[in-house]
Amino acid sequence: MSLNVGILSIQGDVQENLLSTRDALNELGIDGKVTDVKTPEEISQLDGLIIPGGESTTIGQLSLVNGSMKVLKEKIENGMPVLGICAGMIMLSKTANDRVVGKTDQPLLGILDIKLERNSFGRQPESFESNISMTSIDIPKFNGVFIRAPSISDVGSDIEVISKFNERIVAVKKGNVIATAFHPELTTDISLHKYFVNLVNTSKN
Amino acid sequence: MLPLSGERHDAKGIVSEKINSIDILRGSSVLKRGFAHMLKNGVVMDVTTVEQAQIAEEAGAVSVMVLDKLPSDVRKAGGVARTASIRIIEDIMDSVTIPVMAKCRIGHVNEALVLQETDVDMIDESEVLTPADELHHIWKWDFTTPVVNGARSLAEALRRIEEGAAMIRTKGEPGTGNVAEAITHIKKVNDELRTIKAIYDSGDNQDLVRMAREFKVSYDIVEQTAKLGRLPVVNFAAGGIATPADAAYLMSLGCDGIFVGSGIFNADDAKERARAIVLATTFWNESDKVKEAQKMIDERQSMLGLDVNTLELRMQERGGSS
Repeated sequence: MSLNVGILSIQGDVQENLLSTRDALNELGIDGKVTDVKTPEEISQLDGLIIPGGESTTIGQLSLVNGSMKVLKEKIENGMPVLGICAGMIMLSKTANDRVVGKTDQPLLGILDIKLERNSFGRQPESFESNISMTSIDIPKFNGVFIRAPSISDVGSDIEVISKFNERIVAVKKGNVIATAFHPELTTDISLHKYFVNLVNTSKN
Repeated sequence: MLPLSGERHDAKGIVSEKINSIDILRGSSVLKRGFAHMLKNGVVMDVTTVEQAQIAEEAGAVSVMVLDKLPSDVRKAGGVARTASIRIIEDIMDSVTIPVMAKCRIGHVNEALVLQETDVDMIDESEVLTPADELHHIWKWDFTTPVVNGARSLAEALRRIEEGAAMIRTKGEPGTGNVAEAITHIKKVNDELRTIKAIYDSGDNQDLVRMAREFKVSYDIVEQTAKLGRLPVVNFAAGGIATPADAAYLMSLGCDGIFVGSGIFNADDAKERARAIVLATTFWNESDKVKEAQKMIDERQSMLGLDVNTLELRMQERGGSS
C-alpha cells in the first residue's frame, strides 16, 4: 500500500527533508507521497513522520498551540515510525537541559528515556562536520553535520545507541523511533532517510 | 541537501582540526548556510536587554538580535551607531537557549571579528548601524561565524552571497514601522528571479552573461541561481514589520522567515505582540489564525509609523551601490 510520510512543518528545515525523503522513496522504488504537515488532521493520516531541525523551543510551543503535539504523541505511542533530527531529537526526549542555561521547561513529547543536553558542543562557531558511523543499521560511514547540536550522556534500558561522537551519544533508536543529533538532510547521502522509509514500509505492510 | 552555489572551498573561515584525534571541520558552507536553514519559518527579534531576550524566547522566537538601540531609537538619537556592548551580548547569551545574533557596521572587519570572538551565533552586517566602509562589504569567507546581509534586489543579494553571506534578508526601511519597503524589496527579488529563470529555461546563455554584468556578479552564480529559481541561501523579510498581518503577508510572498526590529519592543504591548507575530508567521496561510493573532494586539499601542518618502535618513541605501 502507498505510504504517506509527513515532515512536521511548524518551523525549521522542512524542505530539505522533503527532498531527501522523496529521493529515498524513488531510489527504493516504494510507492508513496511525502508532504509537509502541520495540523492534527494531517498528522492523523500519516504512516511515518520526520521532525526536522529547527528551534526546539519554537516547535514545541507552537505544536502545543494548534493541538498537533497531542496527536503526535498518541501516534508515536501507537507505533508510528518517527525520525527526530536535532530539534526533533530534543522534542522526543523526556527532559532537556541546556549546556549554559540549565533546566528548560519547554514542551516535549517525552517518548525517549534519555539524558539530553542542548547545545552540547557549543554555539554556532563550534558547529562541525565529522565522519560518524551507524554500523548497527548498516550505515558504516556517514558525514555528520552537527549544528548547535544536542548530545546524550545516558540512556534508559530500552534505548539502543546507534552512534557516538567523541564518547557522546549522537543517535539512538527505540523500536520505530529514531533520533539523531546531526542533520542527514543537509548532506547528499540519503542512506538514513532510506533506512527510515524502509522502517515506515515494514511497519505499514 | 541544500544548495551550495558559489561555495569557496579555500575560504579562510573553514577550520580543520582534531578533537581527541577525530578530524572535524568548522565554518564550512554547509554549516553556515545550514544554520540559517534551521531558522526557517521563524521570527528573529531585535532586543536590547536580557529581559527582552527572555520575553522573545518565551514568545517562541527562533533567535534574538542584540543591538545597543532599537532601529527607531537609532533614528531619533542620530550620530554614529555602532555594535552593541559586548557585556550585554554575553549576558543575553548566558540567559537564553536560542541562538544570539549581533550587528556590526557594514565593512567593519574588526567589529565583526570582535563578535566572532564573543561566540555569537550569527553576525548581521547591517545598514541600521553607520557604515564604516562605503565601497567594501566584509569578505565574509574569512569568518567561521555565519553572516547575514540585507539586500534590496537580486543583484545586491548575489553580490553579498559571493562575498560569503550565509543568509539574506530584505533591507526594507528599518525603524519606521512601515512595511512598504520590505514588500517592494522581496517583490523585486522574486521578479528578478523569475526573469533569470525564464532566460535559463530558454537556453540563452548570452542573455545570462548580460544579467551577470548588469548585476556585477559572476556568471556562475547567476547561472546556478537561475537553475534553482531561488536564492541559494535562506531569505528573510526585515525592515518595518510591526504587526502579525505584516509578517503573514511577507511569508505569503515567499520569505523564509521574519526579522522584527523596533516593531515589538517599541510597542506598548510587547509581550502579546511578540507572541502574536510568531503565531502569524507560523500559521500565515491559515487566515483564521492570523486574525486571532492580529486580535491579540492593539493598534493604538503599535509604534508610530514613519512615511518613508519624507525620511531624512534612508538606511536601505547604505552599502547599496557596492
